Amino acid sequence: MTALLNVTTLLSIVLILLILFSVRKAHIRVEYSLSWLLAATGMLVLSRSRPVLDFLTRRFGIPDTPLTLFLIAGSVFLIMFYRFSIIISHLRDDNIALAQRVAILEYHIRSIRAHEKR
Amino acid sequence: MIHAEGPESLLVIVPAWNEEGAVGDVVRSVKQHVPGVPVLVIDDHSTDSTLARAQEAGAAILPLPHHLGLGGCVQAGYKLAHELGFHFVIRVDGDGQHDPRDIPRIFERLKSSGCEMVIGSRFATGDVTHGNAVRGLGIRFFRAVLRPILGKTVHDPTSGFVGVNRAALEVFSRSFPLAYPEIEALVVLQRRRFRFEEVPCKMLPRRTGRSSITKLKSLYYIAHVLLGVFVNVLKYERRLHRRTGGEDR
Repeated sequence: MTALLNVTTLLSIVLILLILFSVRKAHIRVEYSLSWLLAATGMLVLSRSRPVLDFLTRRFGIPDTPLTLFLIAGSVFLIMFYRFSIIISHLRDDNIALAQRVAILEYHIRSIRAHEKR
Repeated sequence: MIHAEGPESLLVIVPAWNEEGAVGDVVRSVKQHVPGVPVLVIDDHSTDSTLARAQEAGAAILPLPHHLGLGGCVQAGYKLAHELGFHFVIRVDGDGQHDPRDIPRIFERLKSSGCEMVIGSRFATGDVTHGNAVRGLGIRFFRAVLRPILGKTVHDPTSGFVGVNRAALEVFSRSFPLAYPEIEALVVLQRRRFRFEEVPCKMLPRRTGRSSITKLKSLYYIAHVLLGVFVNVLKYERRLHRRTGGEDR
């Protein structure tokens, strides 16, 4: 169990560093890094708080403490995937609308130029 | 450049993606069978010479800045047609499978019936086989699914050979299914109490290339469209419910 918590701690730290590095390199925008940082920090705190994990395990009647950790981690990341799916869908819609607008405006510009030439 | 003239102005739109082998002939054939009607080729960011072939054939062009997929491509055409004030738009696919000789009949039916949409149907007469087995099964399946939603049988729900009037154009320029639009578009229209009719049409063999919907993709297609249909039904029911409660603007 201790080894598992240590590995989770290590992974959380790696994830936090990776996200911070990506934000610094402008690969991830700050607003989208926040969810990841919160999730990774939550996992870090939980992995270092054995009594909290034990309490949650007893409280929810989960048979095993490591299972509690993985259930929490799984739930958090599922919520994040859901949130990002919404964001991606909005971006895709906006992107399509913008591309169509650009094409139509270019058409109008060509039309005006052709009219001016005549 | 194209202009809408008169209360019966018609525009033929041709969505095309990498159709250099067929699009030129499609445009020429449309111009031959419906002379004087403007043809707009919407190029979905082809990597071949589709755009050049369309221009050479005398079509107006609407090149998209990047690949949007069929729904986004067709909707771009609908949006431009709506902005330019066209009253009727008929869509002909750029792969040469739709016979432009059928366009006048679709146009006549659009004008005479007052329907918002007329579908060029391969199976309206009931005497045509469905090509490959998977596709045939899919078409039969969607016929059965759509029957209770639309309140009538649509023989060829996957046909892209469709004509719309100004009312449908207005709806589609605001909201149009993006991935596999044909079936969902029917539901979008029907939920607004719009009507459609089918006109028997001939389907020609594809001139070049191959269909993007392979056997494996057919399964994804069915799941995607089925979900889209039910989402559209639910969306509209919610709006109706709100409207009756006086909340809808």
